[in-house]
Amino acid sequence: MVLAYAEATNGEFKKVAHEIINYAKKTADVLGTECHALVLGDTPGAEDLGKYGAGTVHRVTSPHLEGFDAAVYTVAIADAAKQLGATVIILPHNSTGKNITGRLAARLEAGSVAGANAVPMMKDGYFTVTKPVFSGKAFADVQLLTDVKVISLAGNSIRIEELGGDATVEDLTLELPAPKTKVVKHQVATGRVPLPEAELVVSGGRGVKGPEHWDVITDLADALGATTACSRPVADSDWRPHHEHVGQTGVAIRPNLYIAAGISGAIQHLAGVNNSKTIVVINKDPEAPFFKAADYGVVGDLFEVLPRLTEAVKKFKG
Amino acid sequence: MKLLVCVSKTPETTTKIQLTADGKDIDTSGVQYIMNPYDEWYALVRALELKEAAGGTVTVLNVGPADNDSIIRKGLAIGADDAVRIDVTEEKDSLFTARQIAEFARGKDFDVIFFGKETISYNASEVGAMVAEFLDLPYVGDAIKLEMEGSQATVTRDIEGGEEVIEVTAPIALSAAKGMAEQRIPNMRGIMMAKRKPLEVVTPVDYPDTTRIASYSKPEEKGSVKLIDPENMDELVRLLHEEAKVI
Ligand SMILES: Cc1cc2nc3c(=O)[nH]c(=O)nc-3n(C[C@@H](O)[C@H](O)[C@H](O)COP(=O)(O)OP(=O)(O)OC[C@H]3O[C@@H](n4cnc5c(N)ncnc54)[C@H](O)[C@@H]3O)c2cc1C
Ligand SMILES: Cc1cc2nc3c(=O)[nH]c(=O)nc-3n(C[C@H](O)[C@H](O)[C@H](O)COP(=O)(O)OP(=O)(O)OC[C@H]3O[C@@H](n4cnc5c(N)ncnc54)[C@H](O)[C@@H]3O)c2cc1C
Repeated sequence: MVLAYAEATNGEFKKVAHEIINYAKKTADVLGTECHALVLGDTPGAEDLGKYGAGTVHRVTSPHLEGFDAAVYTVAIADAAKQLGATVIILPHNSTGKNITGRLAARLEAGSVAGANAVPMMKDGYFTVTKPVFSGKAFADVQLLTDVKVISLAGNSIRIEELGGDATVEDLTLELPAPKTKVVKHQVATGRVPLPEAELVVSGGRGVKGPEHWDVITDLADALGATTACSRPVADSDWRPHHEHVGQTGVAIRPNLYIAAGISGAIQHLAGVNNSKTIVVINKDPEAPFFKAADYGVVGDLFEVLPRLTEAVKKFKG
Repeated sequence: MKLLVCVSKTPETTTKIQLTADGKDIDTSGVQYIMNPYDEWYALVRALELKEAAGGTVTVLNVGPADNDSIIRKGLAIGADDAVRIDVTEEKDSLFTARQIAEFARGKDFDVIFFGKETISYNASEVGAMVAEFLDLPYVGDAIKLEMEGSQATVTRDIEGGEEVIEVTAPIALSAAKGMAEQRIPNMRGIMMAKRKPLEVVTPVDYPDTTRIASYSKPEEKGSVKLIDPENMDELVRLLHEEAKVI
């Protein structure tokens, strides 16, 4: 059985959970087995997870699951997997997953692939999973050699589909340890979709010339419903917050659309964004290296082009 | 305070990754290596700052072959007190690497074991969490701030669209991300002193492979860019809608 850890985002099952279950279902199909989901905590809507491919949803509730403590979550997932006989466990490769995946692999002494971007395949007799390496400059096909396997899935790697109907929800009782960490503050900005999950991203570089000019970027992002990003020197100069910095030493993203304005396209920048489905580059220098990595290019002054594009988007959206 | 900083080696960031002719390996000829930026800029420097404030020692540790000594020496030049290299000559997976670090650190009473957020080579973000599980320690990934008051640690971690603040008692493990400290460039004196600092070489423990990389591939090259008239942004919107189907 393939077990999907369905994470709730701010009290709801959203894209992250749907992607993981879809991926687990496709993995189960490759192996000719079933797909179940595991829910930690009492989030409403567990029965709807069937739509994304989970035949059964197992729910564990415990006061010890209330603040996120990776060690406790790891015990919960590991023990659930053992009790239910799961052979493959799927998690998201996000801030939650990055705290759990390694722990879980160590606890189960299981081979793991962190940050997979494609559905596993049986190749040369081995269960094989592809993941980006060198920040997206290449891909590795990794064979998992153990009976139990752990995979974390990079966000935006598969298109969400409806693959089933309602699921039965079953409560699972587990003995969980008390957390050793205490969450004293949990703060998420409302409004824009977080960068690692965003499907549309508008990004500015040093060409935007200063934080006081950022309206040209944010206006376009607002019109599109996109998330904003920036190049590293922009974050280093505190023109924009650090969490907007994309690239090899920042956030690696894979949106459907990446619009880069006033960014030259240095190799370290490209490494974090070149898995985007479509790339639009706006730069006044026709020789800017970014044009070689772009699908659509606009050679021009971003202070003229971006407002024009914002207007065109507004007109299109009616 | 007794601090351990795990440092890995990665290709320099401008490296163009090339594959060997059979696609089974990365062609490493001519590749220059550096210390993984997250380990050097954030993990190591924050450990040094804590030592400077409260006293103690900073040890850098690498799992790898003798070639890696130059990277370890850089850690010493930036200010670590001593170094350990677990002598592994073959490329091994994350779980193997973590097992080596855990077996070395076990029973040595490190207050904080620092990792980088991820290596910029295999981008796994796993080794730190694995070591923490092997040693039964609390672990905070993607930490952007760490304050210590005696054994009380307050750690801020990045989460999607925000942050979370966690209180936890040492010993702990964590992975350091941007924001935790500012890069330090080693000076001449540091480089000279590094040559005389101790670097212990440790024999690895046996551990089976749980994964194997069968082959590599490269992303498809983009076709040539379609240039759009800067006066005609309606055309760009039309193409994004009808051709690329992304809006
Ligand atoms: C599934 C998998 C299979 C692999 N198989 C091969 C292979 O067949 N051939 C090959 O060439 N390479 C292979 N590697 C690369 C591997 O040996 C890495 O160097 C090692 O696993 C760490 O990379 P990571 O991305 O897992 O580390 P991460 O989990 O991203 O590293 C996090 C942190 O752990 C610490 N750390 C990581 N590695 C070390 C180290 N060696 N010493 C000290 N501290 C360290 C650093 O602080 C680092 O910032 C593999 C990696 C993976 C993920
Ligand atoms: C170890 C290491 C790691 C790094 N990691 C990253 C990383 O993760 N992410 C990252 O982004 N960088 C990273 N860098 C930095 C990278 O090498 C580049 O320096 C950086 O990406 C350049 O940022 P930029 O494109 O905004 O600025 P610049 O290179 O200065 O480019 C500005 C561009 O704006 C254009 N421009 C100027 N005015 C206008 C106008 N009015 N209209 C239109 N276009 C205009 C110019 O033609 C130019 O192409 C790293 C570097 C190192 C050494």
